[in-house]
Amino acid sequence: MGVMVEVSHLKKTFGSFIAVNDISFSVNKGEVLGFLGPNGAGKSTTMKMITGFLTPDTGTIIVGNDNIAENPVAVKARIGYLPEGAPLYSDMTPESFLHFIAEIRGLRGAEKSRRVAEIIDKVNLGAVVNKPIETLSKGFKRRVGLAQAILHDPEVLILDEPTDGLDPNQKHEVRALIKDMAAEKAIILSTHILEEVDAVCSRAIIIANGQLVADGTPASLQARSPIHNSVEITLRTTTPEPINQALEQIANVKTVEKIDTREGCVTFRVYPSGENAPITDISHLARDKNWDVENLHVVHGRLDDVFRTITTQQAS
Amino acid sequence: MANIWVIFKRELAGYFTTPIAYIFIMIFIFLSGIFTFYIGNFFQRGQADLLPFFSFHPWLYLFLIPALAMRLWAEERKGGTIELLLTMPITMPEAVLGKYLAAWAFTGIALSLTFPVWITVNFLGDPDNGVIFAGYIGSMLMAGAFLAIGSCISAITRNQVIAFVVSAVICLLFVLSGFPLVLDFFSIWAPEFIVSAISSFSFLTHFDAISKGVIDLRDIVYFISLIAFWLFINAILIEYKKAD
Repeated sequence: MGVMVEVSHLKKTFGSFIAVNDISFSVNKGEVLGFLGPNGAGKSTTMKMITGFLTPDTGTIIVGNDNIAENPVAVKARIGYLPEGAPLYSDMTPESFLHFIAEIRGLRGAEKSRRVAEIIDKVNLGAVVNKPIETLSKGFKRRVGLAQAILHDPEVLILDEPTDGLDPNQKHEVRALIKDMAAEKAIILSTHILEEVDAVCSRAIIIANGQLVADGTPASLQARSPIHNSVEITLRTTTPEPINQALEQIANVKTVEKIDTREGCVTFRVYPSGENAPITDISHLARDKNWDVENLHVVHGRLDDVFRTITTQQAS
Repeated sequence: MANIWVIFKRELAGYFTTPIAYIFIMIFIFLSGIFTFYIGNFFQRGQADLLPFFSFHPWLYLFLIPALAMRLWAEERKGGTIELLLTMPITMPEAVLGKYLAAWAFTGIALSLTFPVWITVNFLGDPDNGVIFAGYIGSMLMAGAFLAIGSCISAITRNQVIAFVVSAVICLLFVLSGFPLVLDFFSIWAPEFIVSAISSFSFLTHFDAISKGVIDLRDIVYFISLIAFWLFINAILIEYKKAD
């Protein structure tokens, strides 16, 4: 419901370098779409085309009901954009800068002052509004960048690496801000921090070498991991062999791998033969055999591994 | 229109938040004083006009205006703010004009602060103030043409020094194009009408006429169309070189 951004068959080349090659996707209202991909994969280029900074060689971009090729100003009015590195007019103060942005976004008079005050409050800039932007810390600068992007309450928010270079607390703040706004906007954010995808995105797209190689929920991407739904069991024993054999006898177990041995403990990874993790069977077996179990859990697979597998397959 | 005004205001205020504005104005007034009173022999001439004042303006602008214009787009490129500006709901002509007009208005402010010279000459004698006014108009138009060149060159680089040097050289060619040095270079291989066309491109030819009080429509058209041409190229260059 409510497709806000529709991108189809986007292509962009710089000389002989193909930066973006036939990328299509759409984003609905209420969705937070994570753009993943190695550096130079084409994430930023795609965002620059959606925001109207770069013109695609071929392909169409429709934001709301406006085609960017026909009505770029209307499209830009619908979008709030935080470019990579959050560039700002550094000789201005956050206050004068935000007033400038508000005016160029068409806000005037009392409405303008109200919005600027509201945003300053929302992103916690109160303490620094009258200091030149160039003297602010990275965290504050990023907040000014975010403030200008959301100042006009856009339907579509495009954030290029919004948390890059921030400390963990600042990252948390920015993510909370994004989550807050998610319901009433369509948000696209690029990142190479995979935990961020888990934390804020409802959907993720992986781009490698200019091509779209995966599109799904973070959970469905995780499921692509080879170790997805395997069970890790750590037990205290000096004779791992019989245990290994016993685990392999379980009905829905495909293979068993010994992944770690230390301080008298052995860790096995048990791969399922079907969809479900065989954790119940293993725990029954452990109780029956009286194993000295230290740890037992299901592995969901790490997004990092999926990301690496997918993007390096692409390269080779 | 509204967007041009918003960009204009920010840009003009930008000159005054840094020392650029004050340094520029001080140097401009100081140098125009030196040129007028010492090199131009204002007093010794014994004539109540501002010819020595205006006749040095082309040379003064030659290096001061590129210094003013070099930051217009090069700074936006370097700081990445060009991406911010051009993803706002504005058109390219609005961005180019807003920034350009701010720089031009700033030049106007600097130029108008030379008013003590005008007062001085009125105090000492009985000048034709119409001619002096025409001189100011001409000077303003010429500054506008220098600025348009500077703005355009500033759009192709992120390096302000390169922008400065290249636009100073181009401005120099426009000033000198009535001079033998430049004309000889062309007269070797180019047909006569091109050579005379080049000489008619000289800032000096058109500025001299206006500063002597002769406001000819052709001179005004010359400067205005020169400004329009360079700003047009300016917009095209930004459009095609945005990704760099």
